[in-house]
Amino acid sequence: MVIPLRYSLRNLRTRRLTTILTSGGMALVVFVFAAVQMLDTGLRQTLVATGQPDNILVTRRAAGTEISSAIDRAQAAIIELQPEIASGLDTRRLASKEAVVLITLPKRETGVATNVTTRGIGPAGTALRPQLHIVAGRMFRFGTSEIIVGQSIAHRFNGAGVGQYMRFGGREWTVVGIFAAGGSAFDSEVWGDAEQLMQAFRRQTYSSVVARLTEAGALDALAQRLENDPRLTLDVKREREFYEEQSRLMSNFISYLGLTLSVIFSIGAMIGAMITMYAAVANRVGEIGTLRALGFRRAAVLWAFLFEAILLGAVGGIVGIALASLMQLVQISTLNWQSFSELAFSFTLTPRIVLSSFAFALLMGVIGGFLPAVRAARLSIIDALRAI
Amino acid sequence: MHLIKLIFRNTLRHKLRTGLTMVGLVVAILSFGLLQTVVDAWYAGAEGAAPDRLITRNAVSLMVPLPLHYREKIRSVDGVKAVAAANWFAGVYQDPKNFFPQFAVEPAYFSMFPEYRIPDAQFRAFFRDRQGALVGRKLAQTYGFRVGDVVPLKGTIFPGTWTFVVRGIYDGADAKTDTSQFFFHWDYLNETVKARTPALANRIGIFIVQIADVDRAAEVSEEVDALFRNSPAETLTETEKAFQIGFVRQTEAILIAVRIVSFLVIFIILAVMANTMAMTARERRGEYATLKTLGFGGGFLAALIFGESLAIAVIGSLVGVALTFPVAEWFASEMGTLFPVFEVSRETVMLQGACALAVGTAAALFPARRAIRVRIVDGLRAIG
Amino acid sequence: MQPVVEIRDLTKSYRRGGQTVPVLSDIDLVIASGDFVGLMGPSGSGKSTLLNLIAGIDKPDSGMLRVVGVDITTLSESELADWRAQNVGFIFQFYNLMPVLTAFENVELPLFLTSLSAGERRHHVNTALEMVGLGDRMEHYPSELSGGQQQRVAIARAIITDPTILVADEPTGDLDRVSAEEILTLMERMNDELGKTIIMVTHDPHAAGRAHSIKRLDKGVLQDGER
Repeated sequence: MVIPLRYSLRNLRTRRLTTILTSGGMALVVFVFAAVQMLDTGLRQTLVATGQPDNILVTRRAAGTEISSAIDRAQAAIIELQPEIASGLDTRRLASKEAVVLITLPKRETGVATNVTTRGIGPAGTALRPQLHIVAGRMFRFGTSEIIVGQSIAHRFNGAGVGQYMRFGGREWTVVGIFAAGGSAFDSEVWGDAEQLMQAFRRQTYSSVVARLTEAGALDALAQRLENDPRLTLDVKREREFYEEQSRLMSNFISYLGLTLSVIFSIGAMIGAMITMYAAVANRVGEIGTLRALGFRRAAVLWAFLFEAILLGAVGGIVGIALASLMQLVQISTLNWQSFSELAFSFTLTPRIVLSSFAFALLMGVIGGFLPAVRAARLSIIDALRAI
Repeated sequence: MHLIKLIFRNTLRHKLRTGLTMVGLVVAILSFGLLQTVVDAWYAGAEGAAPDRLITRNAVSLMVPLPLHYREKIRSVDGVKAVAAANWFAGVYQDPKNFFPQFAVEPAYFSMFPEYRIPDAQFRAFFRDRQGALVGRKLAQTYGFRVGDVVPLKGTIFPGTWTFVVRGIYDGADAKTDTSQFFFHWDYLNETVKARTPALANRIGIFIVQIADVDRAAEVSEEVDALFRNSPAETLTETEKAFQIGFVRQTEAILIAVRIVSFLVIFIILAVMANTMAMTARERRGEYATLKTLGFGGGFLAALIFGESLAIAVIGSLVGVALTFPVAEWFASEMGTLFPVFEVSRETVMLQGACALAVGTAAALFPARRAIRVRIVDGLRAIG
Repeated sequence: MQPVVEIRDLTKSYRRGGQTVPVLSDIDLVIASGDFVGLMGPSGSGKSTLLNLIAGIDKPDSGMLRVVGVDITTLSESELADWRAQNVGFIFQFYNLMPVLTAFENVELPLFLTSLSAGERRHHVNTALEMVGLGDRMEHYPSELSGGQQQRVAIARAIITDPTILVADEPTGDLDRVSAEEILTLMERMNDELGKTIIMVTHDPHAAGRAHSIKRLDKGVLQDGER
């Protein structure tokens, strides 16, 4: 009892310009919807990829970021000796006492002075981050003013190539290697020896301690002990969780703004669909009357026109998603509001985003096409036939 | 005149279609205006900067402190009228979501910021109370702070719980002034830090340097930095405007994205309007042919079509622009202290108008061209 | 044999701007099975309204209306739709074909209201199109066919579900003389060979000439029928 789908399909093909313009508008909305989600996903993935599931990160209590955290040597030593901390093959503890500071470097393209996270690590620092590989040059030697830089830093900043020098903390540091860290936040960092960095910046305190647990479940016992000890003022978190929280402010802003924009823009696109479908109904009043006379029910007429609108949405959805997927070629680098330093991430497309964007497109079609379809269904047969 | 009357009558012929198109236009112009204002708000900090104020910070990074004794040395530089220390506090009020700027400042700070209007009695009360705090009007409104209220903050950079008493509420000299800030005494900060964590004492975040001669800003900046070159804590002195812009430029990518997106909405509505005009013109092919037989030329037809398109665009944009202001106000109040200054600028309004005219013109281009070209024969065949 | 159409005291009026305009008054009419009736009368006489009522696309204000054995005034809207699909074939003055469907697909359209399979539908459509002489034009769109050809497609569509009656409103109104004659001949065949009862509204004396009987309407009242 359904009017064949090809009736709706062919009608879209016949009015080519109108179909292109209407679904074009919807495509732009879907593009924004998808791109914003891709940006948010890219941001969170970058930060989450920074954390290893078995690693913990200890900071001073209530310090949201490593930058604002300070752990003195005594406390750091206590952390290192905890039984839940794993030992490496060389029987040394898999714990890295790290000092994190911000330096400013001029961006290559714009020359804008930008905050860059500089991390002084302990000897176990690289072992704790298996996602990290040296892709050019070599690892720095502890006890020297050698540093290595993340890929993103090498691309975006001057003076960050192998063999070049950077000046901060009153010293010159030699870049001896470039590393890739699996698209995580570390790609936007500069690494060196923690003790050397602390000397240069005249710090007595570390920022954080990163360590590997003997097993994932050991976290609770460790956290309890450390947080309840009155001598210590520490927060123990899983590394992943810590970095996830780092993204929260920006992630919320991006998703909130993005969703609001998509909804507002979709009003424009849905109005476009509504105008198009009202015109379609008005132009085909005679056909509607004929279909009803032949015996098709009101519901069948409604579905035929609603389906046409949904198809418009589908076309818009496909084009919009295709456009958005092109954004995967783009890398964004901006200030992460929580860590207050440079972070590079890209647009990441996931199946979930494809599905939700397509559903959004179809929904626009349904909402835009509903009232016109109802109008088509409510026509009386004789009025419709008389219109010819 | 016939043409105008015809244009308006035509616009009213298809009320639903015209109405819908206009609603779409209103929504688009409104969103465009809002987005541009959001971007402007980001740069607002730089707009509010005074030309006679310089900021001196540690050359390495804003996060690294300067020694307290630098103050007197800076004061002694020729051209410097006054120096005040300020530390960024970054405390948490109840929930990390409740973000607002907090500064520990020396009292001299306020004489450098004449745009903060504080009633004398309140300022004196603040001066007398070590734990006193001065809050901006916007901040007070957002969290309901009143004079006499006790405000606890949880420190992140300076650990522990800090308690302050609101002694005064300052207003801004104009809409551009940031009234979302929370000020308290630098002395109180330093004394407390000396007691709790002595290692962190006597450190300054930034110095605000007021200069006598605005034109000598670059010179004075250089002289101040020269004082501390090759010392363990080298300084970087720049105008307040340059300092503010520095922050914004680091999030430039986001701002560029927002500006691009704002123009996307214009393209969406362009598609809608072009569609409307194309459909309308196609349906009236017979009429256009008839008009041609009556002797009206292609120019008249084009004027009809452009006129109708522009009429819709102009009316829709007028409503859109008018709505931008109340919606912006509502948005600003919802955002609380995140955007302390949220003003719809004249440039934004002009851009809105320009976009509307562009859309109205572009949407009519193809239909007008086709209408001019329609052969009377083909057009008349379309009737009956 | 039971008459195909039985009408008694049929009345219909329309509301026009607050006023009630009577269109049909106390119509009595009987049409036998297999008849070919022409409905004629001046403009505004109500002949098209009468046709619409018989075809079940309009409802009378009062009176009995029994078509193909069913009192269609008692049917709900959806029941009426189903009834039409099974019992009525439509032939319109302007053919009323779907411009975006081919001749084949236009004829196939009513079959979507049945439960025939795609193969069965194809068979029926082929048969119908052969019968109207358009077997070689199945894949053409209405815009590629002449007026006469389009009306033949319409007739194929009208008979595809094997309905009892065919209603035709000015079937030759938009055709040239030659095509009109072809269409009328085709309609006669439907009546003679397939036994379809045909009720036709027309101004065309040639069309009227082909009908077996003529009913005249004037100001909503049936004049005494004669040939």
